[in-house]
Amino acid sequence: MDVVRTVMRRELAAYFATPLAYVFIVIFLALAGAFTFFIGGFFERGQADLESFFVFHPWLYLFLVPAVAMRLWAEERRTGTIELLLTLPASTFEIVLGKFLAAWIFTGIALALTFPFWIMVNYLGDPDNGVILASYLGSWAIAGAFIAIGACASALTKNQVIAFVLGAAICFLFLMSGVELVLAAFRPWAPPVVVDIVASFSLLTHFSELMKGVVSAATAVYLATLVGCCLLVNTLIVELEKAA
Amino acid sequence: MQEMVRLERLTKRFGDVRAVEEVSFSVGRGEVLGFLGPNGAGKSTTMRMLTGYLLPTSGTAKVMGFDVVDEPREVKKHIGYLPEGAPLYADMSPLGLLRFVGGMRGLEGKELERKIARAIELTSLEEVAHRPIDTLSKGFRRRVGLAQAILHDPPVLVLDEPTDGLDPNQKHEVRKLIKTMSAEKAIIISTHILEEVDAVCDRAVIIARGRVVADATPAELERRAPNHNAVRITIDRERVQEAVDALRMLNTVRDVQRLEEVDGVASLLVLPTNGAEIGAAVSQILNERGIRVERFAVERGRLDEVFRALTAEAA
Repeated sequence: MDVVRTVMRRELAAYFATPLAYVFIVIFLALAGAFTFFIGGFFERGQADLESFFVFHPWLYLFLVPAVAMRLWAEERRTGTIELLLTLPASTFEIVLGKFLAAWIFTGIALALTFPFWIMVNYLGDPDNGVILASYLGSWAIAGAFIAIGACASALTKNQVIAFVLGAAICFLFLMSGVELVLAAFRPWAPPVVVDIVASFSLLTHFSELMKGVVSAATAVYLATLVGCCLLVNTLIVELEKAA
Repeated sequence: MQEMVRLERLTKRFGDVRAVEEVSFSVGRGEVLGFLGPNGAGKSTTMRMLTGYLLPTSGTAKVMGFDVVDEPREVKKHIGYLPEGAPLYADMSPLGLLRFVGGMRGLEGKELERKIARAIELTSLEEVAHRPIDTLSKGFRRRVGLAQAILHDPPVLVLDEPTDGLDPNQKHEVRKLIKTMSAEKAIIISTHILEEVDAVCDRAVIIARGRVVADATPAELERRAPNHNAVRITIDRERVQEAVDALRMLNTVRDVQRLEEVDGVASLLVLPTNGAEIGAAVSQILNERGIRVERFAVERGRLDEVFRALTAEAA
């Protein structure tokens, strides 16, 4: 575990060593605010809840989170530091996990900095803080899933732009797998059970449950499995490069 | 001598490209092995397999008895590795990087700080310890790479071109450092600078096109040079022909070559048969003829000629 913590600390520090961290946080907060008030109609709704705030998170994450994840491996490959990293006494999985945790904590910091919304809504009314907590956890979990996906994409290339585009595209598929746009591609040929499985992959469906304050075992298991699988795939990609 | 590193028929193919073909050698405690070869010969690939960055296609490599495929973590614990080009995290300071590497190697607290201080001192990094690595010169970066390799005082050091990009003074310092550490360690350095082999290596392994073409001490390699033990003499131009005729009569002389003529004096290169010592015979026969020798030098044979001959054959 020491190795995981060491990798995580270095990665987290690397975010704040460049303007990337600050740019990301500022853009995330600005967009979250703009969406909540202008598109979500926070005041017009006249309800003391944060639904108009959380509902846009998956869409914000869709292009912001792959930008956080894209450098995790691609940068190491481009600069050659991956050789330094992989010849230190650690297993590939420990390094994969450390990198994932760093990026996830980083998005957690950005998310935590939205606390003024929570203060505001509590000042204006009497919201259900349990629902808000569940929504925060759900939002952070979606970010985690996107990071795990983005990290895999990053491990495939030394080009951060490719890592970004690939990561965003895969995240989009997972986000949207519940809507007709994606399901229509399966319906003509796949049996209904497959279509249902694909639909159940939808992060959007699970997230809307969480936003209602429903934390179900199915959602928790699904998200944990998704992240776990991505980390394993990430490990495999890195290991395969060694054997190439 | 305790054997610390052993490579046996180590092979790496990238698709159809045979990067390394059945490379075998071993390195013992107290030994500095020079790993030589032209660019693209497979030096870095071999070192990458030894340090666990690449998996071999076939063959085995063992470090302190641990197999690189079966027990990579143990292997990595016992190796200090400077990868080619000394890649480093540019956003960190040398101190930050050493703390990271130390943490990854399980060092902490006072022990970590003590080892960092030692590594910084040995590589003379004091003045830049707090500066971001991307602002450092090539020489400093290389030394940061060396510092992280020696940080945990490993029994085996694998250094891929440790003096590349250093100025002559820095090269001297690094070689001195390698020499100081060599008594207790097995050190493998790759280089294409042949003077380095003379300066620090006890043994040289030359590879070309992925295959080992020589494994010998620098002195043994020099003996293979075409002009090993050749005698270079400078004499009066008027008597060159006479001298050549006389020298050709010696049966230990293979050939006599005329070199350039400068200011009325001529130089001759007298090549021995099978590298025999001919200095005494040459000076005696010239004395007998009363030919005055201005300058007289016995050549050791140049490593770069041996290197060229060996690596060109394979190509």
